[in-house]
Amino acid sequence: MKIHEYQAKQILAKFGVRVPRGEVAETPAAARAIAERIGPRVVVKAQIHAGGRGKGGGVKLAATPAEAEALAAKMIGMQLVTHQTGPEGKRVKRVLVEEALDIARELYLGIVIDRAREAAVVMASTEGGVEIEKVAAEKPDLIFKEYVDPAVGLLAFQARKLAFRLGLEGEAFKQGQKFIAGLYKAFEGTDASLAEINPLLVTTQGDVLALDAKMNLDDNALGRHPDIQAMRDLDEESPLEVEASKYNLNYIKLDGNVGCMVNGAGLAMATMDIIKYAGGMPANFLDVGGGVTEEAITNAFRILVSDPDVKGALINIFGGIVRCDMIASGVVKAARALGTKIPVVIRLEGTNVDLGKKILAESGLAFSSADGMKEAAERIVGLVK
Amino acid sequence: MSILLDEKTQVVVLGITGSEGTFHAQKMIEYGTKVVAGMTPGKGGTKHLGVPVFNTVTEAVASEGADAAAIFVPPFAAADAIMECADAGLRLVVCITEGLPTFDMLKVMTYLRGKPVALIGPNTPGIISPGKAKIGIMPGPIHKAGTIGIISRSGTLTYEAVQQVSRQGYGQSTAVGIGGDPVVGLKYIELLELFKKDPGTEAVILIGEIGGTAEDDAAAYIKASFPKPVVGFIAGQTAPPGRRMGHAGAIIAGGKGTAQEKMDALRAAGVWVAVSPADIGAKLREALTRGV
Repeated sequence: MKIHEYQAKQILAKFGVRVPRGEVAETPAAARAIAERIGPRVVVKAQIHAGGRGKGGGVKLAATPAEAEALAAKMIGMQLVTHQTGPEGKRVKRVLVEEALDIARELYLGIVIDRAREAAVVMASTEGGVEIEKVAAEKPDLIFKEYVDPAVGLLAFQARKLAFRLGLEGEAFKQGQKFIAGLYKAFEGTDASLAEINPLLVTTQGDVLALDAKMNLDDNALGRHPDIQAMRDLDEESPLEVEASKYNLNYIKLDGNVGCMVNGAGLAMATMDIIKYAGGMPANFLDVGGGVTEEAITNAFRILVSDPDVKGALINIFGGIVRCDMIASGVVKAARALGTKIPVVIRLEGTNVDLGKKILAESGLAFSSADGMKEAAERIVGLVK
Repeated sequence: MSILLDEKTQVVVLGITGSEGTFHAQKMIEYGTKVVAGMTPGKGGTKHLGVPVFNTVTEAVASEGADAAAIFVPPFAAADAIMECADAGLRLVVCITEGLPTFDMLKVMTYLRGKPVALIGPNTPGIISPGKAKIGIMPGPIHKAGTIGIISRSGTLTYEAVQQVSRQGYGQSTAVGIGGDPVVGLKYIELLELFKKDPGTEAVILIGEIGGTAEDDAAAYIKASFPKPVVGFIAGQTAPPGRRMGHAGAIIAGGKGTAQEKMDALRAAGVWVAVSPADIGAKLREALTRGV
């Protein structure tokens, strides 16, 4: 799950990690009030789930509270386009108003899970304020890594090592070491999958703070972090994806016009692949999962066909625990209720397959049954064209 | 023959008294698996599905001689269940549960290091040696005993491959689901090693998907030291970058972990790569009839 910069900074503050003074504003007047409290010089930052906001005009310096108000008025409600949002951009609903700071150095600090090493890795670099992928490609020697033993956590000497390699001295060294240790505590304490501070700021006075903060949280762990779960921003998600998540359906909207509904993530990905090989474009990924009920199937079908881009649907079910007759009943029920007119090809295999095919054949609906994945994909692509 | 699991394996089912545990333990027993015990804390001393239930795994081992476990407990309790099984000295642990936090699995993998336990999963349909036993939720009827080993990150996509293989006239020695999460127990290489040493396995099918480097690591191992034919399929050739495609581990991150890159690595290692999921069985036939 992604969260906004201001939310990541709230989390960091709770773990004693230094962030600039700042508050979020949803109106220009609120922005002005904040600037009056913490200014007069502030930075007004658009809050969207995407990077590259600065280049897109979403991060601006204000010399006075009146200027902060004017900037907020321009930003709130704008469609902010960055290299990470896609051409349509994202609508800005709030801004973070933060104290402006004197930048002496911009560093990089990030923590991710390294799957191959089966450990969290803390990465630090002297090259802050640029994309870390670029640094990794051009100056990999300037990225310093410390792998964390999951049994003992980040050790003090590891934080010191990184602080020394960053060239921190005196007050900045002390704060830097504390910052690194605190960031790891926040990462582990929230079950994060990513915590990135870019840039990590060292001010002219030697203070070390997070100028930007990005945190991604492990979806699997949200159930034990209700406070973080509450930070979910539905406006940042596609409406159909939000709807599907209500029924525990894994749904991702894509660009094509052949909808698909499958049980099992691997089979669902393979179904998207075979649609493409048959000359079509998948409209979505939809995994109805293992313990799916008839009600969930009905909802899945409804969500699938409610996408106006979908001109035909392929249902591919390999029933193990899931019974083919239950799938067939659920889809027939949904199609009848919705008066579905688009072509639907259904491929069933496994438990109760013959009963499932019978239900489809006797439904009176214009559903087509197919025996193999190839036949099913070719049939639906042909019908959609 | 088979690897890891056969008709002599004695299984304790953790969470046997829950609805998932009950349903699948029953199916396992019907298939012929030797389920010798159940474990649910607080239900020790009772019987369930005709099998004694214990409060701890250690007691199940001491009393019934269990040497393997099936775990059907909720996600936030599953890591602890895996570690309890390892501590009790079990040889094989199969964690079916989906949804374990990644951090929990980092701790599990650290805990398991140096202990002689093989972990399959989490987020897996399990392991089956057709005709002998199954620890998991896969449908028995589509499988048939034979000489093809299967290693997969998937559930129903594995069943698809198994059915294609069976329909081509080949059977399976053992089919193992390594699970869809980013951090899992046994991965492709450890299982390929076991299949290499199994005289009853003549070829292996490797089913992968986007995310991580497990298939690339497997390709390097296959090139260097695996003499038997390998057929591969990678799901997610059309997946968009940066999105988690159902499985927690199925995500193209920072441009890495794409299906294309894995397919290229496998091909370069001499693996017979099926581009379409409908061609896995046919590719196997090709690999076996055209020779290594």
